Amino acid sequence: MSAPLLEIENLTVTFPTSRGPVDVVKGISFSLGRERLGIVGESGSGKSMTGRSILRLIRKPGRVTADRMTFDGIDLLSQSERQMRELRGARISMVMQDPKFSLNPVMTIGEQIGEALLTHKKLPRSELKARVLSMLEAVRINEPERVANLYPHEVSGGMGQRVMIAMMLIPEPDLLIADEPTSALDVSVQAQVLDIIDDLVTGKGMGLILISHDLNLVSRYCDRILVMNSGEIVETCKASDLNQATHPYTRGLLAAMPRMDENRDELPVLDRSTWTTGAGT
Amino acid sequence: MKNAAIHLENLSISYGKTPVVFDVDFWVAEGESFALVGESGSGKSTILKAISGLAPDWTGKISVLGKPRGHAPDREFAKVCQMVFQDPYGSLHPRKTVDDCLAEPLAVHGIGGRDTRVKDMLDAVGLDQRFRFRFPHQLSGGQRQRVAIARALMLEPRVMLLDEPTSALDVSVQAEILNLLKKLRREQGLTYLMVTHNLPVVSFLCDRMAVMRHGRVVEIAEVDALKTGRLSDSYSRELYAASGGTLQPA
Repeated sequence: MSAPLLEIENLTVTFPTSRGPVDVVKGISFSLGRERLGIVGESGSGKSMTGRSILRLIRKPGRVTADRMTFDGIDLLSQSERQMRELRGARISMVMQDPKFSLNPVMTIGEQIGEALLTHKKLPRSELKARVLSMLEAVRINEPERVANLYPHEVSGGMGQRVMIAMMLIPEPDLLIADEPTSALDVSVQAQVLDIIDDLVTGKGMGLILISHDLNLVSRYCDRILVMNSGEIVETCKASDLNQATHPYTRGLLAAMPRMDENRDELPVLDRSTWTTGAGT
Repeated sequence: MKNAAIHLENLSISYGKTPVVFDVDFWVAEGESFALVGESGSGKSTILKAISGLAPDWTGKISVLGKPRGHAPDREFAKVCQMVFQDPYGSLHPRKTVDDCLAEPLAVHGIGGRDTRVKDMLDAVGLDQRFRFRFPHQLSGGQRQRVAIARALMLEPRVMLLDEPTSALDVSVQAEILNLLKKLRREQGLTYLMVTHNLPVVSFLCDRMAVMRHGRVVEIAEVDALKTGRLSDSYSRELYAASGGTLQPA
């Protein structure tokens, strides 16, 4: 493998609380080439915080520290806010969870996608339009010309998420961070959206970080998986070897998931005896 | 149908001028757990709303435990049929404690012994007594969903309408809630009508399912057909494949 695209060493994210500072990410290290990496964990495991800290999107009073955080040779920690803005979108972009809250409600879809490109590059208007339409086609939207003139409330959730993906991919970034890109969508649409991400990412040789709580989904679309629990990476494995995962937390998560051919009478649950009285276990 | 807990005949539902559900016919036996699956907008939640009286603009026939349901709010009906909503972050009153929330149905129906009933119910859904006087924001998602289930069970209904009860929760918490629902059904002989788009959950908790699309039921299947991948309708098969199942010839 060539030099890694992203290298992170000892990343810590801290938030102050009334009971003193709390580390939501506790000194994790990983590197990423031009591959598909999945980060899996429950709510509160710090997986989204990890994704956001790469883009330096953690606002005060949150604090990000790391021994090393480089992207393609650029030290992300020492970049000024202005320099970060040039990276965001153009070289690293992020697909958020819910299209309902992430699209601008008063701009048409075409304008929004075009804006993503114009922010980083000056283009004549005709070329801009052509690029927007071909991008909409790439995310498999029928009638791109009609859709480009619609407002976000006029499209469905699945289509909105595809618009988000189009917007994030149009500047042709090197790294795409997808934070639960499909959890607001139906099962049937989920597969379509992930297939599109997968095609575009492999086609352009980008790096992908897919953040999700769904182990099976991640194992289908990624090469490598990091499992996070309360701010730490508890296990790293190849996606194909997920079934041989050894860490009890990973095994617990896998076992807790109902299967299509479910015959168990009860699902095993993670031990959380601190707050339950034993029922449900 | 003699032992039908829920019986729907030619049920069509609309919101204002927009028809949403067309001519739905199915029945759920007493003690059975029945699932409605389908994509967003297919009308599955609307059916639950019509049964519980939240979508009063329907035609056709709804009967629950042999009694036809009218269009108006019905106090007696609430005692036999209760609903649990999808989002535990939105379905609990933010300024009422767990205790207030659980005692309210008892107050409305003039049932005494509130103190013991609330305590017993907290035990039944696996919540420690120390949660009794907390507010929803002091609870996690799974704990809130337990409160929502407890609230629905306070009047000792026999039919429960579950609207995606676990889709807002993590897999590990989902497992706890699913186990709880299974245990409650076994202990109290409840009938479940559950809406979900997660087929593995259907496989775990339900006996039969109806697949819906564009406001119509396209297939009603036994859960065994789901477990072995022998669904017959092309849309149900598509849904099955999208959930990661391996299809078998119908």
